[in-house]
Amino acid sequence: MSMLFFYALIGVGLFTLGLLALVVQPHLLQKILALNVMGSGVFLLLVALGGRSQPVVDVVPQAMVITGIVVAVSATAMALTLMLNLSRSSPGAQLPEDQSADS
Amino acid sequence: MGAQLIQVDWAVVLIMLPLSAAMLGFLLPGMARNIGLLAALLILFTVVGLGWQLTQTGVYSHVAGGWLAPLGIQLHADGFSLLMLATSAIVGVAVSIYSTGYFKAADDQRFWPTWLLLWAALNALFLAADVFNLYVTLELLGLSAVTLASLTGSKDSVSAAMRYLLSTLLGSLAFLLGIGLLYHQYGSVDIAILSERVNDSTVSWAALGLITAGLALKTALFPFHFWLPPAHASAPAPVSALLSALVVKASFYILLRLWLGLFDFQQDSTVANMLGILGATAVLWGSIQALRQIRLKMLVAYSTVAQIGYLFLAFPLAQTGGNRVWYAVAYLMLSHALAKAAMFLVAGNMMLFGGHDRIVNLDRVVQRLPVTVAAFGLAGVSIMGLPPSGGFIAKWLLLEAALAQGHWGIAGIMMLGGILAAAYVFKVLGYAFIPSPVPHQAVSVPARMQWMALLLATLAIMAGFVAQPLMQLIGIGALFDSTGSMP
Repeated sequence: MSMLFFYALIGVGLFTLGLLALVVQPHLLQKILALNVMGSGVFLLLVALGGRSQPVVDVVPQAMVITGIVVAVSATAMALTLMLNLSRSSPGAQLPEDQSADS
Repeated sequence: MGAQLIQVDWAVVLIMLPLSAAMLGFLLPGMARNIGLLAALLILFTVVGLGWQLTQTGVYSHVAGGWLAPLGIQLHADGFSLLMLATSAIVGVAVSIYSTGYFKAADDQRFWPTWLLLWAALNALFLAADVFNLYVTLELLGLSAVTLASLTGSKDSVSAAMRYLLSTLLGSLAFLLGIGLLYHQYGSVDIAILSERVNDSTVSWAALGLITAGLALKTALFPFHFWLPPAHASAPAPVSALLSALVVKASFYILLRLWLGLFDFQQDSTVANMLGILGATAVLWGSIQALRQIRLKMLVAYSTVAQIGYLFLAFPLAQTGGNRVWYAVAYLMLSHALAKAAMFLVAGNMMLFGGHDRIVNLDRVVQRLPVTVAAFGLAGVSIMGLPPSGGFIAKWLLLEAALAQGHWGIAGIMMLGGILAAAYVFKVLGYAFIPSPVPHQAVSVPARMQWMALLLATLAIMAGFVAQPLMQLIGIGALFDSTGSMP
């Protein structure tokens, strides 16, 4: 029980860390990775909380996580495609407003 | 015949039809346009079928494949779902016909499958009966919307789409975390079951915060509107119309449904007041920004930011105003969708006609595109909230509630927003009448593109005349009547 609570806390921590990185990191790859870290945090939380109904583990959160992973994979693929497209037209894969802030 | 038709699962058809058409269009790119147009007309017909079914038998629900929640998928349709489905169908058909004139061959083949996928996601979202399906449809909607926004592949549109994608993913993750917490605490994802179980607890408040913040980001409520103007303005005109009219409404639809069903435990009005204050700021900020724009599409996009603000003004009013306020919001969603789609189609026409959309160089466009400018004027009437438009009915009901409750600030903001809206609409109309120093290299605009814009704008006005029967349709299932009492 306490172990599961620990996992859930880690999940919330990952979510928060990812959110921070998403906001402060200018590079798009870092932003995309940050979103993935946030997603992993949510999934960890869902699975950990699903384990609370001992001895039988609740399968619904697991089904949710599998769906969530499918969504995350396709979203990441799309984000990477857009990023590659952007980096071809402008050096350094960053959004325009972040570029002006740097230079 | 009638007895058999009433048994048809129209709601299932509404999801399967655009989905299969999208796949077919993807496999047979040469026929994508014809498949899409056929599907669009069939969807309109199906929505009419569903509407007729709802008026005859009341709220519709369906268990897909016989699997019950939480693992299965349930569909649910009431008056509010019907309103949104019908809005999507009307705007969808008009934009579909418009886009046959707008897109050239290569873009056409990419537009149709993605747009039909977006339509399938929209329909599934409006019919979803549980919060997890809402999450899945929200993601489908977000991904297809971003794809459409980046369709032209220009640098501006790709960077706008990238920002849009990052924002929409962040919003969905917050939403997913929120529903994860709800499931953990209350052991269900079904909205009907959750609405009985959710009570005033720390977990409920955390879920309320996460879900509201995530959906506010997706709905582009001030100050989360930063992604909307560039994404909507740099997309092709038919896509902008779809994004502004339908996609932002979808996340607001979820917020409203969950707010009414799940989060009615909070008697304390802090969150509602905060949403109201953000809405009021959005009305002012969006309108002032719209007034400052030099490009027509940016102006229309900022106008969307302002009009979304009006939707959120309803939250503090509904605390005591009850169901009338929510009916007004539903009506505003409908009339704004029609008027804003018309405005973006007009912007597309002007861009095609003159090769640019700088407002000061519109160059007597009224003489050469009279139908298009008329459409802009009529849509403007609804956006400003002048009678007899649909926008007027909605804003009048909101204003009435604000005055009745002594919310003078909200009433003042609404009136000021109306005046600012008039200012930016007339700014465009004014330049449409006078010659500009730079003459146009005019390109002819296909008639159907002009008439589709006028059709949507006219429907936005017509919505003002059919308020009574429409309100009755929205009332099927009494979603709004469960909260508060008639004033």
